Amino acid sequence: MLAYHFTEMPYPFFSPEQEKDGGPRVIMPNSTFDPQIGADLYNRYLDDYIYADELGLEIMLNEHHQTATCTDVCLSISAGALARQTRRAKICLLGNPLPHRDNPVRVAEEVAMLDNVSRGRIISGFVRGVGTEVHPANTNPALTRERFEESHDLIIKAWTTREPFAWEGKHWHYRYVNVWPRTYQQPHPPIWITGTSPDNVPWIADHEYTFAVFLLSYDDATRLFNIYRRRTEELGLAEPGPDKFAVLALCYVGETDEEAWDEGRAIQWYLQRVRHPGFTNPPGFNSVRTQMMIMSGIDKPRGDSFESLREKGIILAGSPKTVVKQIKEWHNRGVGHLLLMNQSGPMDAAMTRKSMKLFAEEVYPEIKDLPAVEVDWHSMDPSQALFA
Amino acid sequence: MAEATAPRDLLRPHGDGELEIRLGGQGPEVLLLHGSHGWWGWEPVHELLAAEFSVIAPSHPGFGRSTRVPGVDTMDDLAYFYLDLMAEMRLTPARIVGFGLGGWLAAEIAVRTPDAVDRLVLVDSVGIKVSDRETLDVGDPFVLAADPHQAMLWHDPTAHQAPLPHPGMEPTMLEAMLRNHESAMYYGFKPYMHNPKLKQRLHRIKARTLVVWGADDRLVTPSYGEVFAASIPGAQFVSIPEAGHYPHRERPEAFVPLAIDFLRSTR
Repeated sequence: MLAYHFTEMPYPFFSPEQEKDGGPRVIMPNSTFDPQIGADLYNRYLDDYIYADELGLEIMLNEHHQTATCTDVCLSISAGALARQTRRAKICLLGNPLPHRDNPVRVAEEVAMLDNVSRGRIISGFVRGVGTEVHPANTNPALTRERFEESHDLIIKAWTTREPFAWEGKHWHYRYVNVWPRTYQQPHPPIWITGTSPDNVPWIADHEYTFAVFLLSYDDATRLFNIYRRRTEELGLAEPGPDKFAVLALCYVGETDEEAWDEGRAIQWYLQRVRHPGFTNPPGFNSVRTQMMIMSGIDKPRGDSFESLREKGIILAGSPKTVVKQIKEWHNRGVGHLLLMNQSGPMDAAMTRKSMKLFAEEVYPEIKDLPAVEVDWHSMDPSQALFA
Repeated sequence: MAEATAPRDLLRPHGDGELEIRLGGQGPEVLLLHGSHGWWGWEPVHELLAAEFSVIAPSHPGFGRSTRVPGVDTMDDLAYFYLDLMAEMRLTPARIVGFGLGGWLAAEIAVRTPDAVDRLVLVDSVGIKVSDRETLDVGDPFVLAADPHQAMLWHDPTAHQAPLPHPGMEPTMLEAMLRNHESAMYYGFKPYMHNPKLKQRLHRIKARTLVVWGADDRLVTPSYGEVFAASIPGAQFVSIPEAGHYPHRERPEAFVPLAIDFLRSTR
């Protein structure tokens, strides 16, 4: 099990009044952002990543746009800084929002350059982007899936082709694609893809990419993983091992359960933000089938209590012993990559690092080299599949 | 007045899929093109027009129960799709009434093949760019909660409600409404609900044209409608009081006689 440090780089200094009408995403006025505070935050978050490298953790980065919840607006900038300032950590970009990046060749170039500078430490995640990304990029929500797939196809072709080629697709047109540099890892960096509904899971399985889920319960994540497993079986592909499954969870480790369950509640900040329904779920972004499932009330983990979120494995919190137990449950479900949101909202560096250090010293050694488990997914009831 | 025949829903095979068409009445054909929120069944406006005309009210590909048509993914494609359908159904030169996004579609049809349209009624139509680049001409109800969404559509939202998708909705209806919203984005998201080139092409329209507007339309204002009308040679502009974006739904008793008189008139 590999563990990755992650922060969304939030700008948490806004009031409930400022948040209440539209939430912190898309339309919260940028007058809320004080560059003096913002400059400190950026440097502090990057320093926390360097600390993660020193602790022996891997690194995960993401990007969002027009939001106070995440001020990393460009993976290639944050990863560029960390490629030089870290020495050993994998740098997982999760991920480049392909439908919203108007020049896929530029994405291929940036990731290839990062892979060279870091000497092969890049994991290249590709995401469709959450619903709130539709308006900042002004990308047609109903076209995000097909734009994702065409952009992906072009990037892979660009990384694996050793001479100029032409591309005349639906969304992108080039006469001469010839990406310099080549990626450091050959044929290209590992590819990770996120998914939260069955809509794209078979596609991820078809490509045998690592499938990452964010903030889902043990059971919901397992149901999605089983769609992947079933698909690979149908196609006669190799049984997917732990390297194919990643989960993102909120994490706070304390000296004791009581300490972690008291001060560690701060980690819920991210889940407690106001979500603007029109921007979170714009028409056309999710398939009609998924929309109907969302309306039937299936997508509601965010209203859960701290205790319930811990039970579901969405929040990993407690003493080192307790957190090890929670992580073993993920391990038993075949997960090999644990993406830890170790920082949320106004949690400062001291608090964040205290938990990171406890994790690295007392949790990680217990879970890093767990023996592989056989997941008996065939015996799980397919009728229980999420959204099925 | 001809006696109206009972309305019927037709699922017409089209390629590998189907096109949903609501049909009713008898007499000269009139093609009704719906807006971004689709048809809500056989509506009063259909029934009233069916007293004088054969009403043909398709759901555009992707809306209602109509399947998407491969390759039809822009308003340009939809315009050609309907030109083909009009020829197939022998409607040309056609009488077309277009509502909202359907008005935009009707205008796209009429500028492409001016002789294919004989009478054109545009009702609270979107499709052109009027204001400066920092002003949205068309409201964005799709990001709004139900109440402000309804308030943008109606003069009196306490008396009328659009069937917006919600958890308690009957599943067949819910699916159709979700498909309508999805398809409105598919065809109209960017540039938002307009074609930057359409206004400069409106001079090509040969059809006799009536532009009808709800005086209290908060989604796309009457002043936008006046510019639309002024850009089409000889078009009349009529405003219907106490109506919002849907004068045909909010004031059918005012809208329908106006439309019937216009559609029946000789040049």
